[in-house]
Amino acid sequence: MTWEIVIGLEVHAQLSTNSKIFCGASTAFGAEPNTQADAVSLALPGVLPVLNRGAVERAIKFGLATGAHIAPRSVFARKNYFYPDLPKGYQISQFDLPVVGNGALAIHVPASGKQAAYEKTVRITRAHLEEDAGKSLHEDFHGMTGIDLNRAGTPLLEIVSEPDMRSAAEAVAYAKTLHTLVRWIGICDGNMQEGSFRCDANVSVRHPGGELGTRREIKNLNSFRFLEQAINYEAQWQINTLENGDAIHQATVLFDPDSGETRMMRSKEEAHDYRYFPDPDLLPLDIAPQWIEEVRATLPELPQAKQARYVGELSLSAYDAGMLTASREMADFFETVLAAVPKDAKLCANWIIGELNAQLNRDGLDMAQCPITPQQLADILKRITDSTISNAGAKEVFRTMWDAMLKRGEFNSIIISAPSPQISASGSSNLTDVDAIIEARGLKQVSDSGAIEKIVDEIISANADKVAEYRSGKDKLFGFFVGLAMKASKGKANPAQLNDILKRKLNG
Amino acid sequence: MFNSSLRQLGAVLRAKKISSVELTQLYLDRIARLNPALNAYITLDQEKSLAQARAADERLANGDATDLTGIPIAQKDIFCARGWLTTCGSKMLHNFVSPYDAHVISQFNDAGAVNLGKTNMDEFAMGSSNETSYYGAVKNPWDESRVPGGSSGGTAAAVAARLCAAATGTDTGGSIRQPAALCGISGLKPTYGVVSRYGMIAFASSLDQAGPMGRSAEDLALLLNTMAGFDERDSTSLQRDREDYARDLAQPLDGLRIGLPREFFAEGLSSDVAQAVEAAIAEYKKLGATVVEVSLPNSGLSVPVYYVLAPAEASSNLSRFDGVRYGHRAPDYGDLADMYEKSRAQGFGAEVKRRIMIGTYVLSHGYYDAYYLQAQKIRRLIAQDFTDAFRQCDVIMGPTSPSTAFKLGEKSDDPVQMYLSDIYTIAVNLAGLPGMSIPCGFGADNMPVGLQIIGNYFGEARMLNAAHQYQLATDWHSRTPQGCKETT
Amino acid sequence: MSPSNTDVRKVARLARLAMSETEIESARAQLSGIFNLIAEMQAVDTTGIEPMSHAQDVSQRLREDKVTETNQREAFQAIAPQTEAGLYLVPQVIE
Repeated sequence: MTWEIVIGLEVHAQLSTNSKIFCGASTAFGAEPNTQADAVSLALPGVLPVLNRGAVERAIKFGLATGAHIAPRSVFARKNYFYPDLPKGYQISQFDLPVVGNGALAIHVPASGKQAAYEKTVRITRAHLEEDAGKSLHEDFHGMTGIDLNRAGTPLLEIVSEPDMRSAAEAVAYAKTLHTLVRWIGICDGNMQEGSFRCDANVSVRHPGGELGTRREIKNLNSFRFLEQAINYEAQWQINTLENGDAIHQATVLFDPDSGETRMMRSKEEAHDYRYFPDPDLLPLDIAPQWIEEVRATLPELPQAKQARYVGELSLSAYDAGMLTASREMADFFETVLAAVPKDAKLCANWIIGELNAQLNRDGLDMAQCPITPQQLADILKRITDSTISNAGAKEVFRTMWDAMLKRGEFNSIIISAPSPQISASGSSNLTDVDAIIEARGLKQVSDSGAIEKIVDEIISANADKVAEYRSGKDKLFGFFVGLAMKASKGKANPAQLNDILKRKLNG
Repeated sequence: MFNSSLRQLGAVLRAKKISSVELTQLYLDRIARLNPALNAYITLDQEKSLAQARAADERLANGDATDLTGIPIAQKDIFCARGWLTTCGSKMLHNFVSPYDAHVISQFNDAGAVNLGKTNMDEFAMGSSNETSYYGAVKNPWDESRVPGGSSGGTAAAVAARLCAAATGTDTGGSIRQPAALCGISGLKPTYGVVSRYGMIAFASSLDQAGPMGRSAEDLALLLNTMAGFDERDSTSLQRDREDYARDLAQPLDGLRIGLPREFFAEGLSSDVAQAVEAAIAEYKKLGATVVEVSLPNSGLSVPVYYVLAPAEASSNLSRFDGVRYGHRAPDYGDLADMYEKSRAQGFGAEVKRRIMIGTYVLSHGYYDAYYLQAQKIRRLIAQDFTDAFRQCDVIMGPTSPSTAFKLGEKSDDPVQMYLSDIYTIAVNLAGLPGMSIPCGFGADNMPVGLQIIGNYFGEARMLNAAHQYQLATDWHSRTPQGCKETT
Repeated sequence: MSPSNTDVRKVARLARLAMSETEIESARAQLSGIFNLIAEMQAVDTTGIEPMSHAQDVSQRLREDKVTETNQREAFQAIAPQTEAGLYLVPQVIE
């Protein structure tokens, strides 16, 4: 008997506002407990919520980026339940009328085993604004739990998908695409360790084409790996349960990364009755078409549009285009480099996808922490295209610069901190570092044809026998002459020039 | 001095005939004599009051006094006041010293008024007799065996007994107007959104509105000038230009069209109240007003609608009282659920629990549409009735309460009878309209009767004008309860 | 409609109010009276009427995204039942 896994995801993305969703307390991560819990966060008697424009703006951005409907009028509702990290005894959320509805996200599910890579669209049911809860710290305070309300009131966008995913791989692909998107449009920092992007997975199993099975919800998955493991475990558990003739009961479960298993949440055992009703403290949220247009104007070009443009206009491969749009930082870096060397898109792409990514991986950095600037990379690439250095020489320049910048710890500062008067006089002040390294390392290619001719002449006269062999038709010897000439030039001869001259002289 | 209007007090203070410290001390002494019998105040703090009075005297000396600088007033204990015990009439907040000021408190502080103390009230403003206060019932100064009304009963009793020059109240279903009527004073509930709710402990957020209580319409206008105004901390606070609520006081009433809703004069209204109200209408006709009968066909539904919506909002508003961050925590408890359940069971009184239960019930799964949603729809019908009526008139008048003050304990075992005593006031809150009550005579057993004046949205200045002109022509508002006549 | 003792018990639990069996019985009696009062509403035809949640038909005002609050932990925790190391303490929370 075959089983089909059905998955829907609810993602809680913390919005990157400065202040909380309903008050002026800071949302900065990592402060001392309760130092960012103001009167409103603490739900002192008499305090009232006032909605943060920045949170709404980010929700609109998300709606626009997923082709969703932005509700002209949406309503905040109270979700009532008691929990110590929920100071008011209710969470302000949206219920009947969410701010964003009916969006979609195209995902790319990578190849795995015999399964080839494929594209798929996941529908987004809704996205609504709500407030985060505080944190319960379970370290032992004489058998008690400590409550920190700094996080209480941090704005969240809860993004709810349709149950459109059919495997853990699809769920992970969707979550990753969403993760890229929210960072891309600048509404969420995506920091999963800090809980800025958290996934709940609704999992059920059924026979293909049959009715939807009873679902269980896995709460608070804060890494893509756990998401995958938890779904796979849960689906198998459900299949085993059903095959044993037992029934699945709707439940909320937690994933334990140590055991790799899911287990029922004790606090959620009793059925909830949240008693949603419109929050009388908050009037309906009206979003005028003009505001939507203003937000649209600030929206960056989205990953998929960029990919299409890279392939269409820059003649890059789909693979390259995908790699370059893995993050907004990556794409911005690429486009800044490209602006400086506009005719060499492929060269830029190769360097970023190859050398730069390899270095980032080696040092465990992400793109935002990249020690060298796009301008510096462009400078290197310019020295390749104007034949000052070879590709191998360029790699040496790149690594030298990378290490120097890393050591300084203050990225992007070489040029500013060490201006060279001679260079600025020459009018090409941007070339300081690259040219200095080329100079210091002696990486400059010999492109002086007189000098190359002289070397070639010497080789020809010192190897008369080989020259004769070559001229009698042993073409393969050409490489031998190149090698000798390179060696004689200490590797600095411009290869293209050397080839030309060598060919002319040998044939002549 | 205790019978002076706020304008008169302001004038003698500015003329340095008396200092604010002296005036405040006079009131504190009077409170010390009369309050033990009335129980109008929950918290007094002489030191704080006198410190404010000294600051006011400095302002008076520097010549930067406002209308209210140096005038001793009282604050309903529903308003958070920094450094003051703020109990909301509940054991739940018996130890809650507020770390911040409500908007209303800040407004009075900025004006230089002196806070004499926090007045008694029904617990969390839930009640019509002041008997639900954890701090004991308040007695009606006109007859200490009777209730002062509620929930702003402490304020009403304090104003009637001259234990303050004026005071604040809040009104969710009649909590300013009904005690004003029962204690023979004037009280105004403004249009919803005119006075910020920030720092006013919430009962039913979509209905709650703070307002002034005092001895005359003129005093109310001065108080409202200080209380009203936009506050960015309350999302329901309305952004409107400041207005002078006293600007129209002197206008004659010629051509004023008074609407009398036939539903307000039907079965259930006691004859003594009806008589006094009819006499007041006759007086208005003499002052140049015309009278037209109007109809509020759905007003009879206002009590059931209110007892769905207000408890629903309250059940949620009162969830924050959980013994975690402030307020009462049970001394002995087992696990977390036990701590919650015991703290709340001990901290809340019977009426509050009853309303939390009603509210939780009507919002719970399966009942929402039949109760909550249906009540919200009828709420719209009730508001629409007023819109229709105001096409024919400028103000609506009628009784504030169906009877004069009842005896302590008379209705406390019968919540439904108690709820019906707000039958004429509740609809005004549901619609968000301004409403006021002014004294208009005495009924059986010589107890005061209140005339209710309902205005259209933002019609406060017009209502105050109508009330003031009536008070120029009559003296009901200046009558003083027998036991409170001693003056200095 | 009249609530049963089971309804009352469930509601008391939702509202986190400890109630003895006697209290539940008396609450049931009182709630029945109140629900009789409320029942009057049921007969009204409200087809096509928009529910009214707010006293005025205005829309939400928004605040600018600015941090305006400073740390007042000491003042706020001075009135707390039990704190330690800046945290509010509650009986152990089990997830």
